[in-house]
Amino acid sequence: MTQALSADAAQAASRYRRLLWRRTWLVLGLAVLLVLAVLGDLASGASGMGLGQLLHGVFDPGSLSATERVIIWNVRLPYALMAVLVGAALSLAGAEMQAILDNPLASPFTLGVSSSAALGASLAIAYPLGVAWLAPSLQVTLMAFIFACLSVLLLQFMARLRGAGVQSLVLFGIALVFSCNALVSLLQLLATEDVLQQLVFWTMGSLARADWNKLGMLAVVLLLVTPFSLRAAPAMTLLRMGEDRARSFGVDTRRLRHASLLRISLLSATAVAFVGTIGFIGLVGPHIARMLVGEDQRFLLPASALVGALLLALSSIASKLIMPGVIVPVGIVTALVGVPVFVALVFRRGRNL
Amino acid sequence: MSLSIERLSVAYGARKVLNDLSLPALPSGSLVALVGPNGAGKSTLLRALAGLEPMQGRLSLEGQDVARLAFAERARRLSYMPQQLPPGIALGVLESIIAGLRVSGAEQPAALAFEALRQLGIEHLAEQMLNSLSGGQKQLVALAQLLARNPQVLLLDEPTSALDLHYQLRVMDAVRERVHGQRLLAIAVLHDINLAASHADILVMLSQGRIVACGTPHEVLQPELLAEVYGVEARVERCSRQRLQVLVDRALP
Repeated sequence: MTQALSADAAQAASRYRRLLWRRTWLVLGLAVLLVLAVLGDLASGASGMGLGQLLHGVFDPGSLSATERVIIWNVRLPYALMAVLVGAALSLAGAEMQAILDNPLASPFTLGVSSSAALGASLAIAYPLGVAWLAPSLQVTLMAFIFACLSVLLLQFMARLRGAGVQSLVLFGIALVFSCNALVSLLQLLATEDVLQQLVFWTMGSLARADWNKLGMLAVVLLLVTPFSLRAAPAMTLLRMGEDRARSFGVDTRRLRHASLLRISLLSATAVAFVGTIGFIGLVGPHIARMLVGEDQRFLLPASALVGALLLALSSIASKLIMPGVIVPVGIVTALVGVPVFVALVFRRGRNL
Repeated sequence: MSLSIERLSVAYGARKVLNDLSLPALPSGSLVALVGPNGAGKSTLLRALAGLEPMQGRLSLEGQDVARLAFAERARRLSYMPQQLPPGIALGVLESIIAGLRVSGAEQPAALAFEALRQLGIEHLAEQMLNSLSGGQKQLVALAQLLARNPQVLLLDEPTSALDLHYQLRVMDAVRERVHGQRLLAIAVLHDINLAASHADILVMLSQGRIVACGTPHEVLQPELLAEVYGVEARVERCSRQRLQVLVDRALP
């Protein structure tokens, strides 16, 4: 358009800029809340070590007793950071899934990615490969990862079948959840007592598996994936308005989907492989983020990651407070909190549509 | 500028949906309506023109082979509008248009988006959410998404289906105004044959994957053809305002 832009249009543009600023502030606000939640998470725990003592210990390790050092470096810090990274990864994966599958109920948990990862991990625990160069714990992680990727590929395949609508995709995801759970149960039935304990423990998502290696790997995955997510964000916003519309606006939706599925597999598979099944973060995180910043994916994706991290950090605090002296696996907490939120979402959606 | 279609075919597996279609060059500044019974291949033809269906044959815009254009360039010049915006999107009106402009790298997208809304007389909707709009308003917004990108050819898939009388006319009037004013070419699938008769410059009638008639509404709308293609007994008459009206009396056995 060649004509000079009118004053009205300039005003509309400046109002839009203000909207973008407001969203930027919201995202930053979430980041601040997250920092506070992490501090709260660090400060809570059975040993009763307070935040001041803990921070002092971090910056001046010489002043610590051996026990305190173990508590800080092997328990509090890895737990708290793992909660942040896993929450962010699951929620970001959920947000991308909801966008590319055009389904508000999509998440790594509801569509069976977590369950298939659990199946992969259980297989590796029950029948470890006798390869020397691959440590058993790595095998478990690797198998969980492979199975998670397979489930995403299956979902992708189902989504492409002619006549497979949104509803049938969700049903397929649920079917996947049940089949994988059944197979995991079968493995548990066949397992020896020792293995059984590991299997059961694995399927309960828990931050107790956190260590610095895993933290590092998950951080690398997040750092690798996030820039690509953000770069795809404008095209994903268009995709939300319909596949054909996005394509007719010059978006190569096939490539967008494939790249996004790769990111989703990486994020959810790594997160699930390290900490087990943690439900509902990937579903609820993006929904809360959407209520806050709307559906411009440039804001929604980072906001989803932050909300997910925040939710899991809060769940981690709750998991330490529910039963004094016992850390309830955080997967149980998120499921307990997640179910009412999930139901509320379904009802809200029912009214709106 | 004109668009010409030579020997266009689309097949789903062994089933040919469109069979060897050719049309005389469609000149810019005209609104072309694709009409025909269900399953005639109207939407498929439109989607093929938009590059959404794999097709055989040659499509040329200003003498240039469209198939040779880069995907994004083709999308910029031939812009397709699907039937409806999906429900449940948490996007504002203005930002939904900006989203379309942003992927094509336009400068000042917010101001351009606003101008597009104003040209359709709906700038007051700029800050509302898409979800809060009526079907007709949504369709005008969808049209603004297209127009903001300054395409040469508009491809509209049943732009008025599911709209009430007021918005049927507003959407079609807006399209016609822009087509004539800016010398665009619009090709629209229309179900309502009277709407097609009143707004289109050229009618293309399809039946069973073939073009059975092409010309002005006056030339195309003949009782014999309507009987053959639609299986109805109809009269074509001019109303007191000299507008062509198709009056359908009964379905033929």
